[in-house]
Amino acid sequence: MPPADVLPEGERLMTICNSCRYCEGFCAVFPAMERRVVFKEADLNYLANLCHNCGECFHACQYAPPHEFAVNVPKVLAEIRAQSYRKYSWPFLTGGAWWLAPAFAVPSLAFTPYAGIPKGVMVSVFGAAAFLVLLSWGIGLRRFLKEQTTNPPLRPRAFFDALKDVLTVSNLSSHGAGCTYPSERHSQARRWFHHLTFYGFALCFASTSTAAMYDNFLGRHPPYPYLSVPVVLGTLGGVGLIAGPLGLLALKMRRDRRLVDPRQDRMDFSFIALLLLSAITGLALMIFRATPAMSRLLAIHLAVISALFVTFACGKFVHGIYRSAALLRSALEQRSGNEREHGREG
Amino acid sequence: MAAPDISCDVLVAGGGNAALCAALSAREFGADVLVVEAAPSEFRGGNSRHTRNMRCLSDAYGEDEFMADLLRVTGGRTDERLARIAIRASSDAQVWMKRQGVRFQPAFAGTLHLGRTNAFFLGGGKALLNAYYEAARRCGIRVLYNAEVTGLKPCGATVQVGGNPVEIRAKAVVLAAGGFEANIEWLKEAWGDAAENFLIRGTPFNKGRVLKLVLDAGAQPVGDPKQCHAVAIDARAPKFDGGIVTRLDCLPLGIVVNREGVRFYDEGEDLWPKRYAIWGRLVAAQPGQIAWSIVDSKVVGKFMPSVFPPVKADSIRELACTLGLPVDAVQTTVKHFNECVRPGQFDHTALDDCRTEGLTPTKSHWAWAIDTPPFLSYPLRPGITFTYLGVKVDESANVVMCDGTTAPNIFAAGEMMAGNILGQGYLAGFGMTIGTVFGRIAGKQAALAAR
Repeated sequence: MPPADVLPEGERLMTICNSCRYCEGFCAVFPAMERRVVFKEADLNYLANLCHNCGECFHACQYAPPHEFAVNVPKVLAEIRAQSYRKYSWPFLTGGAWWLAPAFAVPSLAFTPYAGIPKGVMVSVFGAAAFLVLLSWGIGLRRFLKEQTTNPPLRPRAFFDALKDVLTVSNLSSHGAGCTYPSERHSQARRWFHHLTFYGFALCFASTSTAAMYDNFLGRHPPYPYLSVPVVLGTLGGVGLIAGPLGLLALKMRRDRRLVDPRQDRMDFSFIALLLLSAITGLALMIFRATPAMSRLLAIHLAVISALFVTFACGKFVHGIYRSAALLRSALEQRSGNEREHGREG
Repeated sequence: MAAPDISCDVLVAGGGNAALCAALSAREFGADVLVVEAAPSEFRGGNSRHTRNMRCLSDAYGEDEFMADLLRVTGGRTDERLARIAIRASSDAQVWMKRQGVRFQPAFAGTLHLGRTNAFFLGGGKALLNAYYEAARRCGIRVLYNAEVTGLKPCGATVQVGGNPVEIRAKAVVLAAGGFEANIEWLKEAWGDAAENFLIRGTPFNKGRVLKLVLDAGAQPVGDPKQCHAVAIDARAPKFDGGIVTRLDCLPLGIVVNREGVRFYDEGEDLWPKRYAIWGRLVAAQPGQIAWSIVDSKVVGKFMPSVFPPVKADSIRELACTLGLPVDAVQTTVKHFNECVRPGQFDHTALDDCRTEGLTPTKSHWAWAIDTPPFLSYPLRPGITFTYLGVKVDESANVVMCDGTTAPNIFAAGEMMAGNILGQGYLAGFGMTIGTVFGRIAGKQAALAAR
């Protein structure tokens, strides 16, 4: 479907859903939909970013194709979501970030025959990259928030609700049964593989941060012993970051294609590939750090990490940013909605 | 492709809630079970696809109140013994359902008036069916789709599977294939040509084929053969399978006119959940089986959003023109209605004191002048939910013949026997209760009979 038709299709579906409402118990999307009567682009972008593409509503839908209403909420919201990434992302969105890994590896390897990569260069390059990533997220978030015409009142407890939703991916649990991914049968597999990926990534980030602290402030320089904090965190994280994306990839390959927006495959695969490569090169670096291959491995690892940085700002990683923002908005709406209802009763 | 001859202990004709409850229960009692569903897998489940809850006994909703509700809606046309079996087993049934993988949730938004009496399926009826079919797959029940029963025998049935006849030998048969609401020809026997203009809210597969076979074989009919549950739905709905989203609940908030631009019934007679089921028949009795609900912008937001957009206009004249209705007649109707409206405190959530005086037919509640543009209209047609005709059964769901004997090894469940309990009228979610309870009974008894 050409992108121009995606928003009217989203509006059509949400109008059907809003007069049915059978799915309201599944996830955050449907209660948020019920709080609205019109479905303009801002509403659809918000709902699309709330959707985790679990597929539950598709299988439960009495209007799913081949019914003439042809209701396919997960797929249409996926298409709208992709369009919203393109709209919000700064400076741009790319599906092909994984190509950057070999591209970055060339200049990076070029350094190694001489003295390795100077620490100053490394710190300033990644410092600048981190700044750009944060700036990009800030701009994207601002665009997301500015598009919403109304904003629910701020409630501190809603932040905890949203944090819990993000950290537990509660919307993929379907009340404990697990979501209908990759097929119609309920399964927690996707949620667990997401956890492995997410927490694996968090551990790797913690490992790098600790190492940087040791190196710069505590005067303890690498290489660190195998049982030191950075190495243990990095090893555990690396294992998670291999198992998680591999699992997600395996599930994705078996995913019911009726619910998939194929134009996002490149972005998804690219992200998965870069996460895997960064974990593999990172672990290899740890294992072979005492060998002559070390400086080349470091160059390759840093090239992969650089490419991964690009996906933070311009690739699939942004799903986490906009989904978290949408979950927070949903939690805020729910909190203020509950207050209103209780007020009415009292 | 199925083999030309299949044998099983228990054959279940139908693929909806009652059929699956029967199949799963028969399997629990050790039977080898085959389910034949007329629909393809995507449309399996009959009208259960469109349901969302079932009426259940609970601490908050006792047997006496439940029974009183049933007597009220049926006007006493119920077999009280069977009704009490369904009511008493409805609470335990939920435990069994959960064991099969069915999940429940609090009452849906917009249906809070049913929160006390009805248990809602998480995700609605199709999610319930998915859980049952998954449970059936796990315990080795065979399911044939696109399989229409064309002949019933004492020890089995002839089934057309994708157009090829297949003989099925079974030791017992459970009939749970629904009513005949999708069979326009059959509906015409009671309604005449008017039935051509009916919309069928549920599955196009409920042709009443199995019902006809068993009645022709001498089973004793129950329930009014000429009646069906008919509500007024949006006239733009598809001919079949429009389901819940085609319903309109703005009718009591405005007026309803027919093709002549004239009102024909008290739109504000009672709260909408108590009155919506008479409007199908009312519209069916109008010329062309069509009517229009007209409201003004004051009531927008006071009814559930509908799937089709209203026809809008800035004047009643323009609205009537757009709808193709006689302009003068509609203007006169609205003007006269507005003149007869007495002052009152409008409250769409209760029986308020806004009524008309000196108007025929009167409007008893929610009579508010239609004077604030834009004016909105929704076209209405009769939407058929289900038919009442079924076969008589005993407490074991055993089919009773015209001569009073029971048919050996033939059982019925669901819509095919609901008429024993729901002789007329309707009680939200009770059809699913009957289907579940008597589905389980039929399945168990069929398995025991097959031993």
